[in-house]
Amino acid sequence: MQQTNLTINGQEHALDADPRTTLLDALRNHIGLTGSKKGCDHGQCGACTVIVNGRRINSCLTLACMHDGDEITTVEGLGQPGNLSPLQSAFVAHDGYQCGYCTPGQICSATAMLQEAKDGWPSNVSDDLAKGQKLTDEEISERMSGNICRCAAYPNIVDAIREVAEGAEA
Amino acid sequence: MKPFTYARAADTPEAVREASGPSHDFIAGGTNLLDLMKLEVMAPDKLVDINRLDLKQISETEDGGLRIGALVTNSDCAADDRIRRDYPVLSRAILAGASGQLRNKATTGGNLCQRTRCYYFYDTAMPCNKREPGSGCQAIGGATRLHAIFGASDQCIATYPGDMAVAMSALDASVEIEGKDGASRTVPVRDFHRLPGDRPDKDNVLEDGELITAVTLPAPTGGRQSYRKVRDRASYAFALVSVAADIGMEDGKISHAALAFGGVAHKPWHKPELDALLTGKEPSDALFAEAADLLLAEAQGQGGNNFKILLLRRTLRAVLREATQMGETA
Repeated sequence: MQQTNLTINGQEHALDADPRTTLLDALRNHIGLTGSKKGCDHGQCGACTVIVNGRRINSCLTLACMHDGDEITTVEGLGQPGNLSPLQSAFVAHDGYQCGYCTPGQICSATAMLQEAKDGWPSNVSDDLAKGQKLTDEEISERMSGNICRCAAYPNIVDAIREVAEGAEA
Repeated sequence: MKPFTYARAADTPEAVREASGPSHDFIAGGTNLLDLMKLEVMAPDKLVDINRLDLKQISETEDGGLRIGALVTNSDCAADDRIRRDYPVLSRAILAGASGQLRNKATTGGNLCQRTRCYYFYDTAMPCNKREPGSGCQAIGGATRLHAIFGASDQCIATYPGDMAVAMSALDASVEIEGKDGASRTVPVRDFHRLPGDRPDKDNVLEDGELITAVTLPAPTGGRQSYRKVRDRASYAFALVSVAADIGMEDGKISHAALAFGGVAHKPWHKPELDALLTGKEPSDALFAEAADLLLAEAQGQGGNNFKILLLRRTLRAVLREATQMGETA
């Protein structure tokens, strides 16, 4: 067993678990935060996306014990019923889902992606590598390619993210 | 996942000491290793977590290059202002690979160590000489769309799937390695990965316990750099073929040429004779056809990947036209 201290959504948790426990399984099975979803469990679908120390990662492809002292934000930490984050509200307003299974990962991913864009990170579709890419639909799609939606709600997901991105710019 | 012992190293000597021994592995980002451990394609007895090591800086070298610490994430490397300005082929290659989430985890050293692989390597119901030496290769004569056209052996035809190392190969970067008892060595990235031969289980030249500590880039050549990746999906897919280029022009002639290719061999493919052929010449379609002939003389399709030979010829021409500013189309 491995002792690990995690700060999750601002709350400290002492985890005592087999070192094989992924961060995703720790969140879901040990801590009871089932918002983060297990889709492929191999880093391909993005349903498990959480934000660790400000960066989005696939929580299925990392061990909980590697995150001792880290700050983790899950979809539950972004907002709650009655107190939704801008992206959570926009996903509701634009119907950015069908079954909803990928949605927590989409929202965590998009939350951190908007910060990456704000920090001037380029993407594969950026014309030049200089700072300050406008988040066109093509940019949003490329930057969100690690999140798959099997219901193919992509047009509405892009609408939701674009609305929040434009709101942040204004 | 098979059980393993977990150890967290505080510094490089401790990491090397802890990881020495068969079936001991380092873990940094872990995105490829854990993926393979879940399938028990890899099953180390011990994992040494190196994430606390002080290898997260990008610093300038005395000769005008950059030294990228082994734990610099792919995201931080691609977004670094100096790399974007002076080594755009490296930023471009990294951004062409994986997804935002994976690039946030994947590290410079770990990315170099990602396994050369194919779908038969992942499928534990199939024989695979890379996964289980001597068991056979089901890829040969099987589904070979992603497989090698250069340097394959009768034991393995898998391709190195990374993008970052292809750009580093064009840039002639070096890999800094530390081993037991403080021993250190530097290996050109072009020599870091191996061809399969009769040891397809060995992807690279690292010996037991050796740890990559940094990758150094020589001073920029001032050439025009580009990375072109052709793949089955627009994003988040391995290359069918990719071309990394650093091409300098002077008085209408090619003054410097460095080309490397991804998706075509067990390692990033670099052919010094190709760089030499282009250097000193005036760019023309005839020259580029001659270059493609030289590059592809030893190409060998496996059936399902025969298309890569023509695809690589055309991708090379497009990159050379762009880099020499001849324009994209004839």
